[in-house]
Amino acid sequence: MRALLSAGVYLPRARLPRSSIAAGHAWFNPNLPKGGERSYAAWDEDSLTLAVEAVRACTADVAAEGVAGSHRQFGVLAFASTTFPFADRSNAGLVAAALGREGALQARDHGGSLRAGTSALLAALQALADPACPETVVVASDARNAKPASPQESQFGHGAAAFRLGRAPDGTAVLAEYLGGAAVTADFVDHHRSDGEDFDYTLEERWVRDEAWGKLLPGAVVPALSAAGIAASAIDHCVVNAPAAAQKKLAAQLGLREGIFVDTLGKTVGDTGTAQPLVLLAAALEKATPGALLLLIGFGQGIDALVFRAGALAGTAASNFSAALAAGRQEPSYTRYLAHQGLLEMELGMRGERDNRTAQSVAWRKRRTVTALIGGKCRDCSTVQYPLTRACVNPDCRAFDTQEEFPLADCPAKVKTFTEDWLAFTPAPPLVYGNVTFAAGGNAFIEFTDAAPGETMVGQPVRFVFRLKDRDALRGFHRYFWKAVPVSVHAHGEGN
Amino acid sequence: MARGIRDQVAIVGMGCSRFGERWDCGPDDLMIEAFQEASADAGIERDRIEAAWLGVFYQEQSTSKSGLPLSMALRLPNVPVTRVENLCATGTEALRGAVYAVASGAVDIALAMGVEKLKDTGFGGLPERAKGTFEDLWQPGFTPPGAFAQLGAAYAAKHGLSMQDVKRAMAHVSWKSHENAALNPKAHLRNRITIEQALGAPMIAYPLGTFDCCGVSDGAACAIVTTPEIARSLGRTEAVTVKSLQLAPSNGVELSHGSWDGAHTPTTRLAAARAYAEAGIAGAEAIDLFEVHDCFSITELVLMEDLGFSAEGRAVYDILDGRYDRSGAKPCQIDGGLKCFGHPVGASGLRMAYEMYLQLLGRAGARQHSPQGKAPALGLTHNLGGIPNRNVAAIGIFGLMDV
Repeated sequence: MRALLSAGVYLPRARLPRSSIAAGHAWFNPNLPKGGERSYAAWDEDSLTLAVEAVRACTADVAAEGVAGSHRQFGVLAFASTTFPFADRSNAGLVAAALGREGALQARDHGGSLRAGTSALLAALQALADPACPETVVVASDARNAKPASPQESQFGHGAAAFRLGRAPDGTAVLAEYLGGAAVTADFVDHHRSDGEDFDYTLEERWVRDEAWGKLLPGAVVPALSAAGIAASAIDHCVVNAPAAAQKKLAAQLGLREGIFVDTLGKTVGDTGTAQPLVLLAAALEKATPGALLLLIGFGQGIDALVFRAGALAGTAASNFSAALAAGRQEPSYTRYLAHQGLLEMELGMRGERDNRTAQSVAWRKRRTVTALIGGKCRDCSTVQYPLTRACVNPDCRAFDTQEEFPLADCPAKVKTFTEDWLAFTPAPPLVYGNVTFAAGGNAFIEFTDAAPGETMVGQPVRFVFRLKDRDALRGFHRYFWKAVPVSVHAHGEGN
Repeated sequence: MARGIRDQVAIVGMGCSRFGERWDCGPDDLMIEAFQEASADAGIERDRIEAAWLGVFYQEQSTSKSGLPLSMALRLPNVPVTRVENLCATGTEALRGAVYAVASGAVDIALAMGVEKLKDTGFGGLPERAKGTFEDLWQPGFTPPGAFAQLGAAYAAKHGLSMQDVKRAMAHVSWKSHENAALNPKAHLRNRITIEQALGAPMIAYPLGTFDCCGVSDGAACAIVTTPEIARSLGRTEAVTVKSLQLAPSNGVELSHGSWDGAHTPTTRLAAARAYAEAGIAGAEAIDLFEVHDCFSITELVLMEDLGFSAEGRAVYDILDGRYDRSGAKPCQIDGGLKCFGHPVGASGLRMAYEMYLQLLGRAGARQHSPQGKAPALGLTHNLGGIPNRNVAAIGIFGLMDV
């Protein structure tokens, strides 16, 4: 069978209450929604960094937790988004590099439509019909910007979801078995964002509901159900990122049972674009019991429909969706949200004028060190160090050319020392940084992130995340590196 | 077996510009101000100088690269001038060049000049600089206060102290430097402050507040060095000699190895052990007064232990007991230190030597230290260039010729 083997979700930590948006615009539009909250990417997150975290969650090998390089292997990486940081530089290739997975791997980007996530999933599942097709990871991620005071500003959220898929002998415990799928294409322009534009241009929802949801959907759903040999009434969970009114009409039209629609997270996360159907599928698989039937629908210039049967791995441990949802932290400042999205130009001081030109030849030579956070381990004395260098750092060894690669991105570590620097240039003061000690040995001097003032303390465990290090506005380049995130919140109680 | 530098070279003239925001001066003005004082002091005019060392750190801000800025500012007679740079140890490094040249016998009279013109950046704090094409890809975009501030959290954790206790000692460190600088006409920050002011100041980099940070100053300092024989021939009955000059750079341990605790500076300990041996003394107890690299109050605090003046874990208590005050057993930063005399990076090592020179000769005026009614016999200077993760420690010990 062709199956979903594991799932991973990543939602950025920051959650903006809609009441903050409404309060900010009360003078302009007193009728903006006030209930619930939405997720948003911090200044050092984008669709690519969200994707890396989703893939890490999806491929984590629980049996080998805490061990260097403890991630499952795969042969294809498909990355779907409408907000890729690079138009011409393989975004999937960079995700692969961050995971230390360059080399014999097919990495491809899928874009151009909010349907790109489900299309990448459908294409990957169809490719698995070939017995030679390797295990594949499909990740969909978006961090769309919205005009201040637009409906989208409240509706959108940022997030990513990934699935690992492959062929498995019948009877194997899987997340979900793929039963069939279909796609139709229609150049229906409910919204668009032209090249170089920052924001969507969006048409009336009622027109979209009646003409697109109502009329296009059966074109893919009916053949998908037919291919799966499943009656619409047998579906237990339906993932479709449509408004409630549209869902109700769909149920009546297709013969779906009532009450099977998966919560579209309007009050908690928002609409995560290409990622949304995959995020919702991961959420649905946490609720599904083995044997349950799922219908997944993607929408955007056409329809994708995929049918799955939940496997033995379905249930509360099916994905980390609930954990990702719970890890949110309310950030009620509306101007903070605007600044992090690049929608409010803050005074960053003259230090912010620093030129961040990247020496690409250095970045290439050192890509394993920088992009994949791979350190070194001495063959002679077993000392682990970061970064890897020609001579061992152990003062009692110092041997030349004894270093072997030692992946550190998943190595447990603790805060040795830190500071919260209000003078340093950063889009989100203070710049928190310090030294961390790896459980495997060795020290890294590294930036911290997702650490508000007062939350860091000596001895605290950290995990590492792939983030934007700097933006080079002069040349339009984004530079990435790993940062340490304190995993449990304590307080030294002395912010500014 | 090398015999070291002890008593091989005498300092016969020193000069130091007024430190501060010298909006009216460029680096050439500052160098001339320091040199004219040293030249008059030594009775040696510029044509007798056979070789010179110029220390400047931020050459992009200050001067330019090479030895030319010194050669041209002083219109030296085309003698060799070498520019040196070793982070905040630059001034001491320039002195080491000149002293070694004289000790080698290659020249009889040499000049060491350190200068920094920092206040042309347009903003407060030290200028931004690239760390290197590889380092910029991964190292945090730290500032000097942030990089040193990290010592605070690690020190408090290591010794089981509350940050409030450590901060009280840090405030005492800064209060003391303001008290001392009030007596120093060349110092940048001559105002007095209270402990409460220091404790209540806005946070710069946790746990450092505004008053925990040294001044960013323009300035220059220089030394004219020669052999003890020539010093005598110049009529010097009491000449200051170099007892030791030691340098210990990091080799990566603090950056990458697990053995460093983040709460002390191993290079300072190494340099101190070598310096005490070279000077032929047992340790810190032989030193009468000293100047350390108090770029930040927490740095001075941990250095009390690294140099051996305080026992491990006792710096907070010794500082609060007044041991390092002007009236204490071992005055530290009697001229105001980097904190208040100021920190024109390339000049700082030579500024510290200048203070020792004045104190040893009994010429320090209102701030003269007189243990048991006499001028001090031995003084120590210390620089810590860079940041705790990668640094250069430099130590100088100075005394009278026959001490």
